[in-house]
Amino acid sequence: MNLLLQGVAGTLILIGSLFLFLGALGVYRFPDVYNRLQAGTKSTTLGALSLILGVGLAEPAWLPKALVLMLFILLTNPVSSHAIGRASYKSGYPLWEGSIVDHCQEHDACKGGGEA
Amino acid sequence: MTLLNLLETLLVIGMLGAALFVVRTRDLLAAVVVTAIISLVAAILFYVLQAPDVAITEAAIDAGLTTAIFLVALRKTERYEK
Amino acid sequence: MIPGWLWILAYTLIGLGVLLGLLRAFLGPKTPDRLVAVDALVTITMGLMVLLGLWYRRGIYLDIALIYGALGFIATLAIARYLEGGL
Repeated sequence: MNLLLQGVAGTLILIGSLFLFLGALGVYRFPDVYNRLQAGTKSTTLGALSLILGVGLAEPAWLPKALVLMLFILLTNPVSSHAIGRASYKSGYPLWEGSIVDHCQEHDACKGGGEA
Repeated sequence: MTLLNLLETLLVIGMLGAALFVVRTRDLLAAVVVTAIISLVAAILFYVLQAPDVAITEAAIDAGLTTAIFLVALRKTERYEK
Repeated sequence: MIPGWLWILAYTLIGLGVLLGLLRAFLGPKTPDRLVAVDALVTITMGLMVLLGLWYRRGIYLDIALIYGALGFIATLAIARYLEGGL
């Protein structure tokens, strides 16, 4: 039982660090800020959640603290992603030339001042 | 040299690069954003050096408070250096 | 116990991730790119701190990750509000 738990914990830690690396690779490689946000928040959220759950399973006394940390990441990371996307759209950051649709320009709420 | 030493070397080089960038750039908002990297690396280094209380203080003061104070000062003055 | 090769693989992957995030934060053409890179780096750092806490076997290191995540979130929101024209 204990060996099985350690095996699951090791697999979760490996998956988590792999997704953290893939998120950073996407932040480096993608063409504009709206594409980078996808990799920089979604993939990184999954990686951090999996890694922290793996650490909590490897040391079962830390499991409540690890669950609080996971809940915190799950609540705050989408909020900061939304704030960055909204701020960069309102500050006039242009879309990549390969992007084909921009629904936000039809609404008044997307107009804004400032500069990127 | 273990792998952890290699990671620390990478982080210290990144810290030096961030400091050079902050000194040389003309866009002060980009300087404020890159200053967050310096505090991040400092928190990890205090952490590796087994000083958790200093790391908590570093994270609280440098990541949260310094950024807010710099942004308020930037709002009162102007964004680009002449 | 977590085997040794898994520690090496996890530290190598996270170190490469930190390197790529730092490169984007330095090269990024405009400020929102740097902000995205810093936001990703804060999450990667939380993961690295939790992993190092397991390495050193000290439970207080998870609290540092929590405090760092909270303050990095506040800093990201403040910079985003500034870019939007508010604050």
